[in-house]
Amino acid sequence: MSREPAAPPVLRMAGVSKSFGATRALDGVTFELGRGEVHALIGENGAGKSTMMKILSGAIPPDAGRMEIDGRPYAPAGPADGLRGGISMIYQELTLAPHLTVEENIMLGREVHAAGWLDRKAMKRRVREALELVRHPEISPDVRVRKLSVGAKQVVEIVRALLNRARIVVMDEPTSALSQEDSQRLFEIIGKLKGQDVSVIYISHFLEEAQRVADSYTVLRDGRGVGSGRMEGTLLEDLIQLMVGQKFTRFFPKVEHAVGEVILSLDGLKGARMTSPVSLTLSRGEILGIAGLIGSGRTEMLRTLFGLDEAEGGSVVVSGFEMAGAKPWASISRGLGLLSEDRQGEGLALGRSVADNMTMSDFTPYRRHGFLRPGRQRRAVVEWIGKMKIKTKGPTQKVGDLSGGNQQKVALARLLHQKAAILLLDEPTRGIDVVSKAQIYEWIGELAREGKAVMFVSSYLPELLGICDRIAVFHRGGLVESRPTPEWDAPGLMAAATVGRAHPDHPMSQRIAE
Amino acid sequence: MSRQRPAGLQKALNVLGPFIGLALVIALFALIPEVQGRFLRFANFKSVATQSVIVALGALGMTFIIVSGGIDLSAASNIALSSVITAYAINAGAAPLVAVLLGVLTGGLVGLANGALVTRLRLIPFIVTLGMMGIARGAAKWIAGNQKIDAPMTWANEFMARSPRPSWLLLAPGVWIVILLAVAMAVVLRYTVFGRHVFAIGSNESAARLCGIRTSRVKILVYSVAGLFCGLSGVMEFSRLTVGDPTVAVGLELDIIAAVVIGGGSLNGGEGSILGTMVGVMIMSFLRNGCTMMGWPNYIQEIIIGAIIVIAVTLDRLRHRGE
Repeated sequence: MSREPAAPPVLRMAGVSKSFGATRALDGVTFELGRGEVHALIGENGAGKSTMMKILSGAIPPDAGRMEIDGRPYAPAGPADGLRGGISMIYQELTLAPHLTVEENIMLGREVHAAGWLDRKAMKRRVREALELVRHPEISPDVRVRKLSVGAKQVVEIVRALLNRARIVVMDEPTSALSQEDSQRLFEIIGKLKGQDVSVIYISHFLEEAQRVADSYTVLRDGRGVGSGRMEGTLLEDLIQLMVGQKFTRFFPKVEHAVGEVILSLDGLKGARMTSPVSLTLSRGEILGIAGLIGSGRTEMLRTLFGLDEAEGGSVVVSGFEMAGAKPWASISRGLGLLSEDRQGEGLALGRSVADNMTMSDFTPYRRHGFLRPGRQRRAVVEWIGKMKIKTKGPTQKVGDLSGGNQQKVALARLLHQKAAILLLDEPTRGIDVVSKAQIYEWIGELAREGKAVMFVSSYLPELLGICDRIAVFHRGGLVESRPTPEWDAPGLMAAATVGRAHPDHPMSQRIAE
Repeated sequence: MSRQRPAGLQKALNVLGPFIGLALVIALFALIPEVQGRFLRFANFKSVATQSVIVALGALGMTFIIVSGGIDLSAASNIALSSVITAYAINAGAAPLVAVLLGVLTGGLVGLANGALVTRLRLIPFIVTLGMMGIARGAAKWIAGNQKIDAPMTWANEFMARSPRPSWLLLAPGVWIVILLAVAMAVVLRYTVFGRHVFAIGSNESAARLCGIRTSRVKILVYSVAGLFCGLSGVMEFSRLTVGDPTVAVGLELDIIAAVVIGGGSLNGGEGSILGTMVGVMIMSFLRNGCTMMGWPNYIQEIIIGAIIVIAVTLDRLRHRGE
């Protein structure tokens, strides 16, 4: 297990920093990767992992710091330099050409040819050999990639990296879309890579997996390296503690509100894009937090409930009416309002005005005989702009010209304008400034006091703990548990979201068996 | 990986799909007693083939563009411009060979300009070629002085001859040129690194870039080659008309695009084949021919061809379902 200590690291990053505007994404991070080592990079969303990997791949330059590969300075000018340096990235969103075959994808950019004429036989042979090497001979070189499962696609990416003579392979959440069985096979492949002295940087939120597969770890929090060491002998709870740090739940205005009768109940709701059925209730005046990792099924649940994704079974009862399978317009008319997590892509029409965006879901007050009454619309919107403290030149300004925080306020104002009684907020504070965040927390509290029901999806645990009455945790497509907030703490939530087990009094800390 | 249709059947469907459409169209007219006799004659097939030449040449280049995920709305204007240049050169006393080469080259330059604008200005091909559609058409009218250019008869007018000389050719020289080029382009698209890169760019451009493919260079080449085909098509247009007419082929770019799409090309890129495109061209030509024989007015043809486009693409979608 132990390698000769003299072996220099393959990769050294020292004092690497990067800022985007006022936010410091990376702050003097130091990182070392040994030859044939699997190194887990751990941290919450926004901790700086992807920034660090982008710098490593050459996609963005660091503001400060040095990098060395095999002891030689490494300063990539672009992704091409990263490739040449032997660094291969395997991203969550796969970078394959769906129409091309397995062989064509793997050999893309390094075709075997004579004066431009393809030597298909040679390429197929090479691809077949490589597929056998990673023990996936069942994948045919001739099949089009879009017909493959996610797991098989990942194998194709890995083989491409291998044939590219990669020495450092970065895997970003490789198992998030894989079945248990495919994950198992991925771990076998990682073992093979190690055997060939390829080093792997393994990014994952699934800590148990990281523990099993990695030799060592580095934890990032708020752009800083807060701990690293050998995985052997490290407890899960140590990692969790490092991830969440000493965060407090202050800055969260507490608005007194009373929880009333149940207004929304899901019973075994199953959707086309949900992996397991979900049962939940939400009451008037209640703020229900939804925790879980990205891809854990939170968003899919909201979308199915609202009618954006197809429902396949179970029931949704809104104030006594069965709504399962309803279309979004029907959901809105029953008082549901959804704030999309994808503000720019789906939440707002960036090229349209503040006024149109705010009133888009309900034009009725400004309509007569099918004609819009812009004067009325403007007066109403001006009022909302004041109420929500939106910084804008006026109702006619394009929403795309506003800051992220103000855009989010417009999106939220739309829900209030349409008089939604049940607000489904998907990551409402993502990517917005601190002041706007604080205002949004306060409004959510106010809304609860007015008797509205709020479902608040967030990846940021402190805000869930800070403002919610109850928190439900999702893990790998299913609801793990829902409890009153006082019964949760940050490590417990993190454990439930990353491991899928809820009870903090359970022996969460397990030494690595293997 | 788990669920798949039998691979053989799937493959057969993919290859035969457009042929089935062509067979249906031919069978349809072959079964109508009024036209049966005339429709099925070799002479008729010959004239259908000749009438297909201009669209077919444009469609060969368009296949490359569409597979790469682009579009070329300037194809028909480019054909008109090239035909005018050819006529102009012959009229000015140039040798026919020089005139023909000039015509082809003109098309290539327009294509090069399209490619350069698409890659350098990072504009979408729809906009660039929409602009070029106007520019090329305007240039053609300007050069021709807003009228037809008469040119003395030379061998350059033989390409589209109904009865070719020497007679053992059987088909017009233009038809043979299309067949040879179609085979050549099919080989390029399937068996060369260039062809594979064209598919890769159309399927996932960022993946192609990530794999080190010089996407701009490939795209410029694609538009330039397609331009050369339009140029050759323009020469054929001149050959057919024996004059350089700047107002010819208006709207023909849509026929060209339709042929590619009927033949299985996807406007999202990554899909299409030369064989399919050629079948698409034939489907449209036989439809026109049959409708004319039936004495159906032009508007009926337009409605039928419009419907065929929608049906072909819908069937194509069904064929690919579950992938």
